[in-house]
Amino acid sequence: MADMSVVLSGIKLENPVIPASGCFGYGAEFKDFYDLNILGSFSFKGTTKEPRFGNPTPRVAECTGGILNSIGLQNPGIEAVINEELPRIAAFFKKPVIANIGGFSVDEFVYCAERLDGVEQVGIIEVNISCPNLHKGGVNFGSDPKAAAEVTAAVRKATGKPIYIKLSPNVTSITEIAKACEDAGADGLSLINTLLGMRIDIKSRKPLLANKMGGLSGRAIFPVALRMVYEVRKAVKIPIIGMGGVASAEDVIEMMMAGASAVQIGAENLRNPFACKEIIEDLPRVMAELGIERLRDIIGVA
Amino acid sequence: MKKALFKILSNEPIAKDVYKLVLEGDTGGITAPGQFVNIELEGFFLRRPISVCDWDDKGMTLIYKTVGKGTKCLSEKKSGTLDLLTGLGNGFDLSKCGKRPLLVGGGVGTPPLYGLCKRLVERGAASAVVLGFNTADDVFYEEEFRALGVKTLVATVDGSYGIGGLVTDAIKTLPVGFDSYCACGPEPMLRALCDTLKIKGQLSFEERMACGFGVCMGCSCKTKYGSKRICKDGPVLSSNEVIW
Ligand SMILES: Cc1cc2nc3c(=O)[nH]c(=O)nc-3n(C[C@H](O)[C@H](O)[C@H](O)COP(=O)(O)OP(=O)(O)OC[C@H]3O[C@@H](n4cnc5c(N)ncnc54)[C@H](O)[C@@H]3O)c2cc1C
Ligand SMILES: Cc1cc2nc3c(=O)[nH]c(=O)nc-3n(C[C@H](O)[C@H](O)[C@H](O)COP(=O)(O)O)c2cc1C
Ligand code: FES
Repeated sequence: MADMSVVLSGIKLENPVIPASGCFGYGAEFKDFYDLNILGSFSFKGTTKEPRFGNPTPRVAECTGGILNSIGLQNPGIEAVINEELPRIAAFFKKPVIANIGGFSVDEFVYCAERLDGVEQVGIIEVNISCPNLHKGGVNFGSDPKAAAEVTAAVRKATGKPIYIKLSPNVTSITEIAKACEDAGADGLSLINTLLGMRIDIKSRKPLLANKMGGLSGRAIFPVALRMVYEVRKAVKIPIIGMGGVASAEDVIEMMMAGASAVQIGAENLRNPFACKEIIEDLPRVMAELGIERLRDIIGVA
Repeated sequence: MKKALFKILSNEPIAKDVYKLVLEGDTGGITAPGQFVNIELEGFFLRRPISVCDWDDKGMTLIYKTVGKGTKCLSEKKSGTLDLLTGLGNGFDLSKCGKRPLLVGGGVGTPPLYGLCKRLVERGAASAVVLGFNTADDVFYEEEFRALGVKTLVATVDGSYGIGGLVTDAIKTLPVGFDSYCACGPEPMLRALCDTLKIKGQLSFEERMACGFGVCMGCSCKTKYGSKRICKDGPVLSSNEVIW
């Protein structure tokens, strides 16, 4: 029997496959497609202090091998997530869930982390720092090592749960940000978030997205994501959840060889709602082919 | 929602740039007229959403216009199989149609009204259909609607076929007494209907979609009753909740 289990900050996952935030809602739609308990875990939609409608539509645009999105963190707000979504999740998902939080000020991140601290179902808090800091002229927390460290340290104080900082790839040196987060007390890192991109409708001569720019994800970004996971793995000691363009069992293995202890799958779920299930079912075959007995043995071997 | 492979039985043009695609496969996921399917096309990251025109136990008919690379690619598939997510969206609510519903379709918004009309006729809800197109070359399915035994009017914007003008002009020629309406077509048409018809309506909307099954929040719109996802809570919204 192939051993697919991995461990993230003391939490044992049956396998490394985790649907990524924003591509799985709060699980309710997917539970009708397959039993979600086969997943390692799942990361729910980025949740903020207040409910958010997000950006104007069109908010999604197709690209070769991926999509651009400018959803703008639409979510029902932390109270509704704690009072409605998490109890609903408890009915169909028996494992610890990854709570993805977003914020536009350090206080907002802290607030959300404090509110989730007492929720037993939450295994890991994933802190999405690819958000503009409204107090500092809208510069993303994730693009400045000092701001990233400030959020990390503040969230660290707010909760006893493992915190994984989700890094933005839209930076000059991702390793510098990664180290700053590690030094500030992060238990792990999630990477990568989407790559800033744009499309123009050549007939109307206008950007396709109402927001003009958006984040690229999907198969097209896999080599970039893999490179960043590889670089960060060499720079820090804390575990990494790797993501970006993962679409097959082979991709999961490649991402783990680059240094990921677990792997998230985002946009692929949108084109194939059974993607995670199919990948989990295919992993033992690919492991056997490659002579891998324990998946965790390949973490960072490359 | 069901994901299934469908066999292409035929895929032929029925009007200018408009194709009728007949598929065989498991239609068990479809529960209401006005729902849509999301079609996987090789070489395209996202699926393409197309309304179900009609369906039975063995298969379904889709009608689509070639407007870009995806629909062009689809029009070239004359055999083989297609991977579909079926039974997406809410569809029209037959129980809210009343006894004399008016059906209004604009351009390639017409197809889902056919499946709806068929089911209304089966329930004895005699209705009238108004179809709007830009020009004579665009017109399709007039005879198919008539064959259901329903009064069918066609309007063309340039007056080259049927009644000259918009669907709202054609509606003026009909006797009054409809108790509801169902419509699918361009947003300005839906808005004009909402403004002129004082009865309750069910309106089918379009929005850019990524998933089509309610998880990505790509297709959200604001309604009087909060935010809704066109792909999951729609595409059919009721006239009294729409914010124009
Ligand atoms: C619920 C729903 C039902 C639909 N039913 C029908 C139908 O029955 N018949 C029909 O002809 N068309 C229908 N459409 C529109 C159809 O989805 C688009 O024409 C088609 O996706 C265009 O793809 P393309 O690659 O040819 O165009 P491109 O412009 O190259 O497509 C680029 C991207 O934009 C998206 N897109 C482009 N136009 C639209 C649009 N109008 N609505 C939504 N997404 C769009 C595409 O899906 C793709 O992701 C429907 C749309 C929705 C949302
Ligand atoms: C529609 C959409 C919404 C997303 N929303 C969030 C979010 O709310 N929070 C977050 O941290 N990442 C979000 N992401 C980023 C993904 O979690 C992931 O980091 C990224 O898409 C790369 O992985 P992929 O190529 O497998 O999609 C979103 C991505 C997409 C496509
Ligand atoms: S298209 Fe994804 S939620 Fe509607």
